[in-house]
Amino acid sequence: MSDQPNTGPVRKHGADTDVHRRQRGKNLAMLAALLAFIVIIYVVAMVRMGGGGAS
Amino acid sequence: MTDSVVAPEIMDSQASSGTVRDYVALLKPRVMSLVVFSGVAGMVVAPGHLHPVLALVAVLCIALASGAAGAINMWYDRDIDAMMDRTARRPIPQGLIPAEEALAFGVILTIVSVTLMGLALNWVAAGLLALASGFYIFIYTMWLKRRTPQNIVIGGAAGAFPPMIGWAAVTGDVSVASIVLFALIFFWTPPHFWALAIFRKLDYQHAGVPMLPVVAGEAETKKQMLIYTLILMPLAISPYFLGIGGLTYLVGSTILGLAFVALAVQVLRSSDHKPAKRMFAFSILYLFLLLAILIGEHLAV
Repeated sequence: MSDQPNTGPVRKHGADTDVHRRQRGKNLAMLAALLAFIVIIYVVAMVRMGGGGAS
Repeated sequence: MTDSVVAPEIMDSQASSGTVRDYVALLKPRVMSLVVFSGVAGMVVAPGHLHPVLALVAVLCIALASGAAGAINMWYDRDIDAMMDRTARRPIPQGLIPAEEALAFGVILTIVSVTLMGLALNWVAAGLLALASGFYIFIYTMWLKRRTPQNIVIGGAAGAFPPMIGWAAVTGDVSVASIVLFALIFFWTPPHFWALAIFRKLDYQHAGVPMLPVVAGEAETKKQMLIYTLILMPLAISPYFLGIGGLTYLVGSTILGLAFVALAVQVLRSSDHKPAKRMFAFSILYLFLLLAILIGEHLAV
């Protein structure tokens, strides 16, 4: 057992929560963007293969 | 300069604390809305038909590329943005988004939007989109903006591309009518930005940006603004004679053009900044209404 004070990183729960909340928001936005991109590519491929381009 | 502005070296090394809203702000949504609107105008007046899904994708590509160019512009201009009241609250000077992250965001969105435009629509539209982005980033932002008072005259070409891109998305080519739409926004840009530069002169002076009112003075700027509005008037009417605008457009563009010239005369005669502020606000309405009439006429037929 040591008398030395604990010098390890102190977790700031409030700040962590805020950072995590923002990061989660960005992650979800990125997920939505990627899913939207997949849907766009799929729909565009269907339209182009169906001959529905410019006329 | 506001107290909350952080030094560039801090901005570069800081971890991202920005929210999704800050990333949206990087895309300059207000500029994007006018860019998208002018792109839609080009698509609507172009001869031919586009599948609604492809039309939506073209609009999305124009919006994304415009926003991406805005993000790269904010990355490059972060030092002067921090010095100007108008721009000091942007996400990078505020320390909310690290500069290199804004750059990566802009580059990735540019690549995605240009590639998608090429694959979904055609490569002429994609090439014009890439040209517009490249012009805005390399010619305007990096080369001209800090070097010459003609920065927004030549650089204004970047903002004039969207109707041409929209037109090319439908037809796959460039025509006289689409060049006229390009010229319309090209000649609209100087009086629009110089009106802003007159009442934001101190901001630009402080940041060392050689806008015309800073370098040549307000009197010369006001004279130039009137010249551009006079050139713009017949140019704005010409879509009628090219067959892409109807009688409503002819009447509307004439009235709007006369009002724009009248405001430029007011600005020239005035010694305070109120007419310049009015002209700046009207210039946005002018372009919006001009394009709205064009779009309305085509959708009504």
